[in-house]
Amino acid sequence: MNNCKRTDYSGLEKIAKQIRRDIIAMITEAKSGHPGGSLSMTDILAVLYFKQMRHNPKNPQWEERDRFILSKGHACSALYACLARAGYFPPEELLTFRKLHTRLQGHPALDKGLPGIENTSGALGQGLSFACGIALSGRLDKKNYRVYCMLGDGELDEGQVWEAVLTASHYKLDNLCAIVDYNGFQLDGKLDEIKNMAPLTAKWQSFGWQTIEIDGHNYNEIDNAFEQAKKIRGFPTAIIAHTIKGKGVSFIEGDNQWHGKAPTKEQAEKATQELL
Amino acid sequence: MARQSTDQGTGGESDPGATLKAASTAPQVVGTTPQVTPTKKATRDGYGEAILILGEKNPQVVVLDADTASSTRTGAFAKKFPERFFNVGVSEQDIIGVAAGLAASGKIPFATAYSIFITGKGWDQIRHSVCYSNLNVKIVGSHAGIVTGPDGATHQALEDIALMRCLPRMKIIVPCDALEARRATLAAAEIYGPLYLRLTREPLPVITDESSRFEIGKANILRQGDDLAIIASGSMVWEALKAAEILSQEGVQTRVVNLHTIKPLDEETIVSAAKECGAIVTAEEHQIHGGMGSAVAEVVVKNYPVPMGIVGVKDKFGGSGEAEELLCAYGLKATDIVLSAKDVLTRKR
Repeated sequence: MNNCKRTDYSGLEKIAKQIRRDIIAMITEAKSGHPGGSLSMTDILAVLYFKQMRHNPKNPQWEERDRFILSKGHACSALYACLARAGYFPPEELLTFRKLHTRLQGHPALDKGLPGIENTSGALGQGLSFACGIALSGRLDKKNYRVYCMLGDGELDEGQVWEAVLTASHYKLDNLCAIVDYNGFQLDGKLDEIKNMAPLTAKWQSFGWQTIEIDGHNYNEIDNAFEQAKKIRGFPTAIIAHTIKGKGVSFIEGDNQWHGKAPTKEQAEKATQELL
Repeated sequence: MARQSTDQGTGGESDPGATLKAASTAPQVVGTTPQVTPTKKATRDGYGEAILILGEKNPQVVVLDADTASSTRTGAFAKKFPERFFNVGVSEQDIIGVAAGLAASGKIPFATAYSIFITGKGWDQIRHSVCYSNLNVKIVGSHAGIVTGPDGATHQALEDIALMRCLPRMKIIVPCDALEARRATLAAAEIYGPLYLRLTREPLPVITDESSRFEIGKANILRQGDDLAIIASGSMVWEALKAAEILSQEGVQTRVVNLHTIKPLDEETIVSAAKECGAIVTAEEHQIHGGMGSAVAEVVVKNYPVPMGIVGVKDKFGGSGEAEELLCAYGLKATDIVLSAKDVLTRKR
């Protein structure tokens, strides 16, 4: 990445901080949610929705739009916040997260009609197959849109993911880009203690994917990885993004008890201060 | 007698001797069947023909298969419309997800595989990526029922209807013959939403004709009668007609209903049958728990309780054997429907 030209990412960093503050506020208000895995993928979402993806929040069903498929549905607070800040719906609605009759379900639901939501997720392992279907459809319709699919690293334990990995490479889906939020933790603990996924990048390569390994919090690397992926022909691309679970909040970072726990009011205030 | 032998113990799969004996001593119904035995054709063939028609008619129709294209009859579509056919390999979870993604992009996917694997292995994907998402995916399961035969219990879908029936938004169609399968497939493409089409490998008598009516959710009455109603689906419709013939010779005027749509249920026709006949026997090639009989019983109990018999596989796994042998051994013949009818009639009123 050293030879890539320097871009000013301060705007994106500011947006990411806003999204992280939203995540904390939503989960605190809901008294439940998944801060760790939401905060770890926030920077990547910010680059996608505020720089890389062609999309129109005023016309969410625009046929030419790039699609973002969230496979690790439990981290949806980050996606909801990102969509609201991009203009898909008013940010005030974020505080309805996980409440009765909300469009912001505890895990995303396509049938609730929340603008910007492309798929249902929560049952892990299903997003990449869905993304393959959209990518095949795009090719069939001769559309130029790209399909992005965010997966968790713990989620890769699911067999369906690898069925889809094979489908994507077999069909040479170069309009598909998977991102693995490689924060190293799953619900019960460290990946290498629960079900060792290493060597992760080699796995994707051996299944016929092009891979790009990055620091998932370095904007220059994230942005350049997406640029690079766009140019790859004949192969799907997997971006293996090394991230920190809970990134951005000192007392949540790297502490897996925050996988699925809400902060107290006091903790939320402290977190918000850190994110200003 | 077949019925007695399969009702004993744990079932035919653990006692192959009993199964063979039952098959060889199964009661013959020759002479009491409807006059002419129709030509036979598998419902999977009706499906294969219909998707070719749909392929011509609607560019949005796409077909997926999980390495079973030559068996499920999607092969002809694959040959004619290669760009709209996707073989995802032996991946029944992936096929549902890929189909859902295609549907989310405006396609009308027919995801096809062996019924027990696509509904069983793919159930979680059907629940979330299809039904909860309310996407226009048609799930097609071939090789359903015990007539799948020599392959044995692993390949005989006897639980698929139960699996699909509990899912909100799902529609379920079980065609009784190849012509109805063709109509059902064409109709499935016209109606929005998740739908499961249950097909058989074994050729079935073609009992509908070009003039037969087919409407999703509307049962067809094939024979009128007011003493008893037999409500059947799929391969058991022909057996029901034969049973009605036997019963009529004994003076029991029997109504035969072809309940091709298990969901949404034609409650009106079922309740009318209960009110007008006062006794119902259901017949299906599926477990008696959670299948069509259970669905009918729910409607009957709620609206107009009458004595009921449920003919189906009695809480046991299938096994290897020829289709006809298995139908006898597992109590799925016309004579089994007649026995159930007689029992129900003693409880009538």
